[in-house]
Formats: sequence, C-alpha cells, structure tokens
Amino acid sequence: MLELTILLPALINGLTLGAVYALVALGLTLIYGVLHIINFAHGSLLMAALYGVFFLNTGLGIDPYAAIVVMVPALFAAGYVLQRSVIGKASHGKDQNVLLVTLGIAIVIENLALALFSADTRTIDTPYAFEMVDLGIAFVPLPRVIAFIAALAVTAVLWFIIARTDLGRAIRAVAKERQGARLVGIDVDHIFAMSFGIGTACLGAAACLLLPTFYVSPGVGHVFVLIAFTVVVLGGMGSFVGALVGGFIIGVTESLGGLLLGESLGQIGIFLIFIAILLLRPTGLFGSRLS
Amino acid sequence: MMRRTKTNVTRRQLLAGAAAGAAIGTLGFPAVLRAQVPSVKVGILHPVTGAISYSGTQSRAGALIAIEEINAAGGIKALGGAKIEPLLADAQSRPDVGAAEIEKLNEAGAVAVIGPYASAIAIATTAAAAKHNLPHLVDVGVADQVVTRGLTNTFRFAPGLAKTVETAINNLVKLNEAAGKPVKTVMIIHEESAFGSGMASTLNAELPKHGFEIVETIKHANPTRDFSNIVLRVQARKPDLIIPSNYYNEYVLFARALRQQRVQTKGIYSILGGGASSYKFVKEFPDAAAYVMDCNHWFDPRKAQALALKDKVEKQGLFFTYEVFLNYCNVYLLADALERAASTKREDIIAALASSTWDKHIMPYGPTKFVNGQNEGAQPVNTQVLDNDIKVIFPLEFASANAVFPVPERKG
Repeated sequence: MLELTILLPALINGLTLGAVYALVALGLTLIYGVLHIINFAHGSLLMAALYGVFFLNTGLGIDPYAAIVVMVPALFAAGYVLQRSVIGKASHGKDQNVLLVTLGIAIVIENLALALFSADTRTIDTPYAFEMVDLGIAFVPLPRVIAFIAALAVTAVLWFIIARTDLGRAIRAVAKERQGARLVGIDVDHIFAMSFGIGTACLGAAACLLLPTFYVSPGVGHVFVLIAFTVVVLGGMGSFVGALVGGFIIGVTESLGGLLLGESLGQIGIFLIFIAILLLRPTGLFGSRLS
Repeated sequence: MMRRTKTNVTRRQLLAGAAAGAAIGTLGFPAVLRAQVPSVKVGILHPVTGAISYSGTQSRAGALIAIEEINAAGGIKALGGAKIEPLLADAQSRPDVGAAEIEKLNEAGAVAVIGPYASAIAIATTAAAAKHNLPHLVDVGVADQVVTRGLTNTFRFAPGLAKTVETAINNLVKLNEAAGKPVKTVMIIHEESAFGSGMASTLNAELPKHGFEIVETIKHANPTRDFSNIVLRVQARKPDLIIPSNYYNEYVLFARALRQQRVQTKGIYSILGGGASSYKFVKEFPDAAAYVMDCNHWFDPRKAQALALKDKVEKQGLFFTYEVFLNYCNVYLLADALERAASTKREDIIAALASSTWDKHIMPYGPTKFVNGQNEGAQPVNTQVLDNDIKVIFPLEFASANAVFPVPERKG
C-alpha cells in the first residue's frame, strides 16, 4: 500500500487538510495563546459563521468566497461585542469564570441553532465544487487549493497586525503585563475585545473557505474544535506561524496515519505527537519566540 | 327605562347572576362533558435533540401527520370516535433518557409507545416498556436484538438488519447475474460503530460465498473530516463495486470525494446507506448521487396513498425520508389494533397487534404477520438514483424503473 502514487497524493491531501485546521486554529491561538482565554465557544462561533455563509449563499446567492467581505467584519463585530458585553463582564477577570462563561455561550449558540435551523445537515453547491487542480502527482479539489493559499494569507495578515501595528503592540503588551499596559494608558478592555474580535473574524474567513467542501449542522463545531486546540498547543500558544505549521503537521499526520494504520486508528498519530510535544517542548514548536 | 333598569343592577344582583351562571356551568354542562369520549394517549418517543436529532424530528413529523389524519377522519371508531392524543417525548439521542421517558409515558397513561428510531435506544426503551406491559411499536431500530429477547410487548413493522443484509446480498447476486456478472471485486467502506462494523463482518462472511472477492475493507471514524485518502485507496484497488455503510454526513462527503476524483466503478451499492435513499442528497448533489443503488426501507411507489403522503410531507417543507413514512405507518398499525381490540387495555392491544393482518399500509410489504414481535411480511427494497429521482429497481413486482447496472462510464 505504500506506492509513491498513493503516498505523495496523501501527503498533499494532508497539507491541504492541515491548512483548513490552521484556519480554524489561527483565531484560537490569538484568543487562547495571547489572552489566555480558553474559548470553548470557538467551535460554536465557527458553526454560526458557517450558517451565515450558508444563508448568504442560499438566500442572496452570494458566493462563499465573496461572502468573506461580509463575514469577516460581521464576526469581528460579534466577537468584540461578545467579549465586551458578556465574557468580560461575567468573568470578573478570573480565568475559571471565563471558562464557564464561554462554555455557557457555546451551549446557548448550539441550542439556538438547533431551535432555529433544526438538526438538519446543510451543504451548498457551487459551480467549482467538483473542479480539480492537476498538480502532476495528484488531483486536488480547487476549494482545497484556495483554502491552502488563504491560510497562508490569513497567517501573514495576522502576523503583520501583531508584529507591525500599534494595535499589535498593544495586544502584546496586554498579554505580557496587563497592569503595566493599563499604567501606560492602554485601554485594556478595548484591547481584549479587539483581540477577541480579530480571533472571531478569523472564523468568518475559515467558514467561507470551508463550506464549499464541508457541511454545516448545529454540532459541526465539535468536528474541528479539539483539533484546533491541539494545533495551538503544538505550534506554540500565540504563534501564528506555529498554528500554520501545527496545522500542516496534524493534517499530514492524520493523512499518513490513516493510510498506514487505517482511517479509525490513524487519528492516534495526532495525539501521540501532541503528547510528545508536551513532554519534550511544552511551549510548543514556536512558543518560546513570541510568548 | 331600559337604560335605567340596566344601570340599577346592584352588585349583589350581579353576583347572584354570576353564581347562577356558574351553577348552570357546573350542573348543566357536565352532561355534555360526560358524553365526550376520553382520548387515547399514545407516546411518540424520538431523539429530537442530540446527535441524531434530524432523524428524530423526521420521525415525529411522520407520526403526527398520521395522528392528524386519523383524528380528522373521526378518531378510533371502536372506541366511540376517541381521538388519539400524542404524548411527545424526547430521548435526547441517549438510551438511558429513552428508558426514563418510558417511565414518564407510563405514568401519564399512554396506552402504547411508538419510536425511538435508533437501535441502541430501542433496546433500552422496549425493555423499560416491557416492565409495564406497555405495547411498544419500534419504528426503525434495525438491530436484531430489538426483537430477539422474548419481549411480548415489542413489535417491529419494518425489517431488521439480518433480513436487510440477506435481501441486499440476494438482490446483488441477481442484479449481477442479470447483467452478465460484471462485478467480481468489491470494496467495503464502513463507519466504525455497531451498525457499520456489523454490516461489514456479515458482508465479509457472505459475499465470498457468492463468488465476490473483497479486495479491501476500510473502517472510518464518525465524524470523518476528509475522505481523500480513502478515495485514493479505492483508486489504487480499482474495485468493480463499492459498498458504503455510513451515516448521512460521511456518506455525502465520501460520495462527493469519489466524484471529485473521477473514480470509475461499475456501481455503488449501499446497504441502509445514509444518503443513498435520501431525496435531500439527490436534490443537493445530483451529480454525486447519480446511479447510486441502495437496499433500504422504502415505500411502494405504485400506491396512490404513498404518493399523496409524499406530496403532503414535501408541502410542509420536509424531505420524504424513511423515518417519516415508517412512523406514519406505525401509527396506522396501532390505530388498526385499537379498532380491533375496541379497548385501551394494554393486554388487549398487545393481543390485537400480535394477531394483526393489516395491509392498508404504503410499504411494499404484504399483510402484517408478527412472529416474536417481528413483522415477517416486511422487506427492504433496492432503489437507484435515476434521472434525479429515487426509483425502486428490485424486487421487480414493486419496481418503478429498470436498474442501470453496470453504470455507464462518466466523463468529466
């Protein structure tokens, strides 16, 4: 079963799958890694974003990729408001409260979706859903190639925001020393909400890139959220490059693991790597550079 | 004068009048109330929340349509036109919750229970209902253990797993022979729970006896996010036939990946396939669904009542899935038993169900004949997606189209 004709396409599949994982994990690494908010609502917000893309497509005929211009600002606003008016206020600055508040938000969003949209699984059909790109060694679905390129682009944009802008400097300052940041005049609550907003906006982009090849249902967030946490810890908390590389490693591990050990057993590889990283390099692959 | 009289009504007179009115209310109207026939309470128990809530919601819809029809047509005539009152219960996709709901339904005075879609839940609910001798009609729950534990209160109208797999294999052999035996090699792709794994082991044991070589059996998790690798292995093995056994979401992702990678086989033959007998799949992915065959629960397309129901369900904005029509039939089956029992005593209803020979259903079955709770007349049929519609292709007496097998080579 290890002919090169299977191994190479499997490797490419793993990379494109990893790009999708990275897209979901990028927002989480900002929220979880930089602000140390364990956001259990990340999966539910992804689900809400997927429904947004779905209804924009079926209701208004907007292409999922074009929907990025609507979904990214919409999710940013949702994230900002959520942090400022719910999570920030209800948590009283305690991490264990944040944990429960985000878990509560996740339950509310999921059950709202269940009540509003029923448990039905929904998909969209696009003219390019079955388009393939011939890479010589493998055929890759076009939406996967687009997601791969987009993951690189989103990583670059996030890196630029954090490393080169005043907002980024403020976010890093708040992450390192909240009290000190407040003393030099940074509006910490605003920066928290901005970070949460940007992290949630990433989900808006991820949803637009995911829906052409995936489905949406009220429980779809669970499919990705555990993997996203693994990617964040693997890549190093708060590191965007880490999230991207972590996504690729997890994607390739899942793909090759499935090939060698069978599709059910193959996922063991993900968690073996996860445990190995925790034992040998607890800060993650790129963790020490940015933390 | 009139006006004056009116305005002269004192508070005491008003109270007296009200008291008189109340007296009429309590003394006069009870005669009317006593004349009303008490309703027949029936538990409608499904997993309407949780992992399999889509199927649960569809099931409940089917049952409620039948109850509405029966009540509109005058209720249960043998019970003086008693209306059926549905007691809606939610198993939350969990066997323990299902069993707890049975206790509640028992206390609420249900004369029978219909549900609960999934096998694992049915095993728990039938046992819980048996403690109270509460008649339990199992709507889907294909696992054979549902009816093989000697529970006299349990009745399953639709076929079980063993019967379905046996029929599927027999029909596959017939289809293959009729087409000049184009299929020699088979690949099985199944989900990892009891349903898919049980199916795969039966197929691995039975198919070689009929001359089929199983080149590989691949198990996958629920959920599986990506089927690209599985499809790569399918391409490498080049089987003549693919047999998938998985739930709807994975089925759709797998079928799409097969189409994306332009995999050419002589056919896709599902058994109780999650998507293969779904109008939703056909409507949303006509290209991926084309020519897919399935052996599953299906209505008799020659019956006008079945087509009328399909119309009615679709007008409600629902897809006409097997959950809908099986629950619809189960309510009518119970209504028939109530008519013949002319009683709401549980033992009378059980006796009426056990001796049931009901044939006014919309399924491709004969009259009901329950042996140890299983309707021996039930059978699955083979369907195929043809011309963006689901057609019955086997058995021939119920067929609405000829099978296209092997499927034509598809370009692009």
